[in-house]
Amino acid sequence: MATQTTEIAVGACVDAGGSALGMPQLCADWMGNQVAWLVVSLIVIYLILSRIALPRIGAVLAERSGTITNDIAAAEELKQKAVEAEAAYEQALADARIQAAAIVAEAKAEIQVDLDVELAKADAKISARAAEGEKAITAIREGAVKSVTAVAKDTAKELVSALGGSADAKTITAAVSARMKG
Amino acid sequence: MATETDAHSEGGLVFHPLDQFIVKPLFGDGPVSWYTPTNITLWMGLAVLAIFLVFVVGSRGRAIIPTRMQSIGELIYGFIYKMVEDVTGKDGVKYFPYIMTLFVFILFANYLALLPMSYSATSMIAVTAVLGFGVFICVTILGFVLHGTKFLGLFWMKDAPAILRPVIAIIEVISYFVRPVSHSIRLAGNIMAGHAVIKVFAGFAAKTLVSPVAIMGIVAIYGLEVLVAGIQAYVFTILTCVYLKDALHPAH
Repeated sequence: MATQTTEIAVGACVDAGGSALGMPQLCADWMGNQVAWLVVSLIVIYLILSRIALPRIGAVLAERSGTITNDIAAAEELKQKAVEAEAAYEQALADARIQAAAIVAEAKAEIQVDLDVELAKADAKISARAAEGEKAITAIREGAVKSVTAVAKDTAKELVSALGGSADAKTITAAVSARMKG
Repeated sequence: MATETDAHSEGGLVFHPLDQFIVKPLFGDGPVSWYTPTNITLWMGLAVLAIFLVFVVGSRGRAIIPTRMQSIGELIYGFIYKMVEDVTGKDGVKYFPYIMTLFVFILFANYLALLPMSYSATSMIAVTAVLGFGVFICVTILGFVLHGTKFLGLFWMKDAPAILRPVIAIIEVISYFVRPVSHSIRLAGNIMAGHAVIKVFAGFAAKTLVSPVAIMGIVAIYGLEVLVAGIQAYVFTILTCVYLKDALHPAH
């Protein structure tokens, strides 16, 4: 506003050829124009920025950081849930293993009891049979010894009589008995 | 015809590196009064339009997963928001829209000025002076409103030796009042110098003999200017934050 004296406008700062006289920056005739339009531009820019642009960009940035924070929180939560689920799964697996081991042990014990009973029965049977067998063998052995003795005495008598000897039965029996003992 | 003799004689080269900064009315040839639509109006308007496209049209989807344009807007938003928060503290955040306005205006004006045939609004000292003194005046008033006369404690070093305190106070006051000048001249000077140097190289490019070198020079300076455009917007903004911090927390 300071310096617009319109009478000397053209010519004071520009020569006849249209070139600048001195520095155009220092030409006082033009300063009012520059200042006026600068003020207009600054006011327009300020209004554009403060009314529209800055609140909008600020809101977008805030919304974005909010969204990011929420997403991170949600991700944390989901991760926590996954960890919990994994722990629960591991726990279930461990329980199942323990239960299975218990069932196996129980079954083993039952089987062992049955087995022991059967084994005992079988042992008893086997020993009874063995005793019977032993008895039979003993009887047979005794029977055989008697028979052999009788056969030997008879044979000896027959041999003696056949050889023309005469011997009484007592002597022969005693001799045979002595031999058989030897 | 540009012959070799022309190239050697200095008279053949006519540079007007500052003509690009001439303010012209958009319609007709009349005098430039304060309300005349000029090339400044056009390029500031384009900056406003670009800001509108990036920040309003780009973010119209309000997408959680941003589009490219929305990402750019969010990136600039986050960058400046963090800067304000880091430099001025939590209580400076309510001034964020003002600082954002300054930053995007300077950034977009600087980058639009790098288009060929464009006009560099931020190279005009009157423009940057309004920005720099505007910041200075606002921050000073804010300091007095928030802290009253305690704001003057900014100039009075309590931890300095008593004898030195008046001397330091004088230096501090001078440096405080130099702030808006350096703040505005830094921006205008950087942008103007870069654009003028590009124009000088472009003038040499018209001469066949040196044109390869001149064009290489234009490319190199242009690359530098791309950096300067961003860095100056950043520097202006972070210094604004620092001055604001002084107003909010004047105790050292």
